[in-house]
Parts: sequence; C-alpha cells; structure tokens
Amino acid sequence: MTAVHAAPPRRWRGEGLRALVWLSPWIAGVSIFFVYPLLSTVYFSFHRYDMYTLEFIGLDNYRYLLQDARVATSARNTLWLVAVMVPATVLFSLALAQLVIRLKAGVGLLRTIFYLPSLVPMTAGTITFVFLLNPGTGPVNQVLAWFGIEGPDWFGDPAWSKPSLTMLSLWGCGQLTVIFMAALLDVPRHLYEAAAIDGAGPWRQFRSVTLPMIAPVLLFALVTNVIYALQYFSQAMIASRVASGVTDSAGSSFSPGYPDESLLTLPQWLFHVGFRDYSMGYACVLALLLFGTSMIFTLILLRQFRRAEEVS
Amino acid sequence: MSATITAPPRAAVARGARHDGGRARRRRVLMWIATHCVAIALALMFLAPVVFIGLTALMTDEQALTSELWPQSWNWDNFAVVFEKSLLLRWAGNTLMYAALGTVFTVVSSVPVAYALARFRFRGRRLAFLVVITTMMLPPQVVAVPIYLVWARLGLTDSLWPLILPMVLGDAFSIFLLRQFLVTIPRDYTDAAKVDGCSDLRTLLRVVLPMARPAIAAVALFQFFYCWNDYYGPLLYAGVEQEKLTLSLGLATFKAFHSVQWNLTMAATLMVTAPVIIVFFLAQRVFIEGVTLTGVKG
Repeated sequence: MTAVHAAPPRRWRGEGLRALVWLSPWIAGVSIFFVYPLLSTVYFSFHRYDMYTLEFIGLDNYRYLLQDARVATSARNTLWLVAVMVPATVLFSLALAQLVIRLKAGVGLLRTIFYLPSLVPMTAGTITFVFLLNPGTGPVNQVLAWFGIEGPDWFGDPAWSKPSLTMLSLWGCGQLTVIFMAALLDVPRHLYEAAAIDGAGPWRQFRSVTLPMIAPVLLFALVTNVIYALQYFSQAMIASRVASGVTDSAGSSFSPGYPDESLLTLPQWLFHVGFRDYSMGYACVLALLLFGTSMIFTLILLRQFRRAEEVS
Repeated sequence: MSATITAPPRAAVARGARHDGGRARRRRVLMWIATHCVAIALALMFLAPVVFIGLTALMTDEQALTSELWPQSWNWDNFAVVFEKSLLLRWAGNTLMYAALGTVFTVVSSVPVAYALARFRFRGRRLAFLVVITTMMLPPQVVAVPIYLVWARLGLTDSLWPLILPMVLGDAFSIFLLRQFLVTIPRDYTDAAKVDGCSDLRTLLRVVLPMARPAIAAVALFQFFYCWNDYYGPLLYAGVEQEKLTLSLGLATFKAFHSVQWNLTMAATLMVTAPVIIVFFLAQRVFIEGVTLTGVKG
C-alpha cells in the first residue's frame, strides 16, 4: 500500500517506471492470486493430494477425468444452460428493454419493479423460487390448479429443475435490461426516421438499424453470460440443498446436483471433489478443464476490447 | 409535363393525409395501450414472488403446512421467532464486516491502479488491461485449491479473512469499471494539473477523484452488494459453525438446519433482502448509472 501513496521521484521522467510503482500492489495481487495458483494447479494436477500426503501419480488424474461420469453429466448440464438459459435471459432482457423505453406513463415505477429483483441476494432469490415452485404448498402449482393444470415437481424433477432456474434467471434480469435500455437509447433517432421513410416496418427497422447499432453491447452481454453460465454454482447448489432438505456441512452425505444430478455443474463437482472429499489433485484437473473452457470465451471478449481500443 | 396532369387533386391529398393521420394516430393509441398492458402484466409477475413471500411469512406454522395462499391470522412475531431460532444478528454482523472492510479495501486499492491504467503511457499498458479482463472473467473455482491451501497453512480458514484480505491488492471488476470511466476524462484536465506542478498523486486526489465520484460510488456499491450477497466465498472459508456464517450462508441452511416451516424461512428471507432494497432506494441513481457503465461497448 505504501507504494501507492509515495509520490514517485521527479527524476523518473518515463511514465513506465511511474506506472510500475502505481501498479505494483495490483501486480502483486495478480501474481499471488492468479499466476501462482494457476501454476500450482498444474503442479497438483499430476499428484494425489489430500492435504496430508502428496504423491506423484503422473497422468492418472487426467485418465480418471475421461471416465468420470459426473464430468460428462456436468458438461451436458452446462451445455443446456449455455444453449437455453443464456439466450433466454439475453433475449428476454432485450425485449423488456424495448418495452420499457416505449413506455410513456409510470416509467419510473415499472422500471424499478423490473430492476429490483436483480438486487435480491442470490440465496434469498433461490430459496424464494424453491418455495414458490414447491409441489406441496407452492403458490405456483396452486394457481395452476385453478386452471385445471397439474403443475410439475419443478425443483424435484430432473426434467424441470433447469427450467425452474431459468425462470429465476429471467426474474433477475434487471441489470442486463438496464444495460440494453442504455444501448437502445443511444441509437440515433434519425436512423429510424430514415429507415421509416425508406418504408421499413418495425421488424425491418430492428434488423437493419437496432441490431447493428447495439451489436457490440449484445455480444458483450452474450459472452459474459456464457462465462457466468460456465461458472454457475450458487443458485444450483442452493436450489439442490433447499429442495432436497439436506444441509451440506462437512462430513454429511449430500450428493450435489439434486435431483438426479440434473443441477450438477463442473464448479460444483470441483467443489465437492476438492473441499468435501479432499481429492485436491483431481480437483485441480477439473479446475484446468474449467479454465480452458472459460478462456475460449474470454478470448472472444479480449478481441472485442482490443478492437474497441484501436478505434478510440 | 404540365402540373395539372401529374399533381393529384388537392382535395384528395388532404383527405388522404387526414385519413392516414387518423389511422396512424389510432394505431399509436392502440400500441400505447398494448405496451402498457403488457408492461403492467409483466410487472405483476415480477412482483408476485415478493407478495407470496410476504403472505407466507405471516402465516402460523400450521397454516404454512397447508396450500392456502392467504394468512388466516397475521403473525408478525414470526420475525421475532427467526431471531430466537437462528443467529441472524450474528450473521448480519459477520456479513457487514465482510462487506464494509471489503468495500473500503477495494476502493482504496483499485482507484490508483485504474488511474494508472487509464492515464499513464507505458509499454504493456494494453496487456495490463487485458490481464484485468482475464482475471475479472476467471471462474473463482479455477484457482481455489492452491489459494485455499495457502490460507489453511496460515491458519485463516474458518474465518472470512481469506475473502477480505486479497481486496487490499485490488479487485479486477472494480479496476475495470473505474478504468472505463477514467479514460473518458479529457487529458486536458490532468495535463493542466501537471503544468501547475501537481504530482501524480495530487492530480489524482484533487482533479480526478472529484470528477470520478459517481463511478467510485457505483464501484463501492457494487462491491458492497457483491460481498453482502456472496455465497461461494463464505461457503469455502467460513467453516460450518453457526456463529461464523454469513447471512446468505445461514439462510441457505436455515430451513433444514433449524427444521422450520416455510413461514419462518420466508420471514428470514425477507429480512435478509430488506437492507439491500432499502440501500437501493437511497442510492437509486448511483445504481442505474453504474450498471450502464458495466455494459460498455466492447
């Protein structure tokens, strides 16, 4: 911290050295909390380690990865999240933003109502949805019953657990909606007027004017949400726990991903392997798998930023 | 060609225009009604969960076991029972310490880094920014094992310190957000300060900070909320003893651990959520401006 507050000596004309001084706490942070643990993860991945004994086992952990049915299951679940939950959330937010910017009356109130759920703590939101959707006394199935519809078991049914979490994700789409609203309001009005004069209908205007103008924001939102889907953890974990009625504390026999591993994601499996079973070495292999997949999408993001930097 | 042939009769033009205008206006009115109806319907759906939580939180234990939606009697003391059954206040204290210290550390450590990234010209500046984005998007589980082992060796697991202390060295998301804001401050301001003989630090404190106040406020709020809501971090480090839990951790185990009904669980959920909502209403503008900043064009 002292490095930050000490004004660099005057003789350092070059900004490089001054930058180094200013950045040094952060550089230390990146080294300690990113570079070191990443290298260490690679090292541990070739070992069996339970926090007491460290044993070199070569590629055994990697071989086990290929046979681990849980990994295949989490990959399938994550693919579902990326293919359904992410597009659903992004499209819904975009549609909601389109709707809100067209409102004339009660804008402030409605905007607040749409935004607030995104601030509700994840734990509280997830528990709320498990309650709303619980098959015994849950209000949703009660209301469905008024219309003669027999609601599913939601968080208790492997086929409905992920759609249930998708609804939770839609409920909390406020942040994304605000981002899209800002982007939509940034589109110059005269472009729409020009398009209208050329006879473009609403859909055509959206495709030829709105979409290209908000494309960077849309791409940014899609990519970041895909990365968040890859690290999907808390909501799935809490939903599994609360719906199954089992507390997960050290030594308990909680099986992650309830029901039927339908909510198991790679980060959860990693957590379970590493911090409940204490198979640290194998957990590191899972960590590297997670790192590899999320880096693919991070690279898309980086390219996007580099392009933006070149323009400015 | 003569005008009389090409120009349509004036009356027809006028009639057509009025006719189109009427239809356009009618269509506009219908659109207005349609959008507002859809918006109100959606708003009701967004509100419904909160209404049901509130109603259930006030039911008796017996009624919470039934499928009734409206409380027969309004049991306000359910909220008091939650305090008796759990260590809610203790959890709130732990959470507050995590969030308050985390926010202060993050802001103090991230502002200088963001400023250097936004203003100084040096080789590797672009690389540094890309590293910020990479660490920002890094799933926390990737590096969890070695970092956990370090904290375990230091004897700091079973506490929230492994979550708080790293923030002394800057937080990637906060640096990113502040940097995005600081690059928009025209160089003229900082250059003028330099000409007047201000050091880098004075320039930051006297010129840049006052201009960056909205961005700093947004970063502070986001960080506070992040810590307040964090579930994964405390799950990894806080241990299992009830006194050491945070609100989100305690709430997640509340129903099963204390074997209570939905009514008390919903009362606890409401109490965990309420502070967040109150802070939002106090700082609404900061939020909306801050969120807009996160959506920056790539």
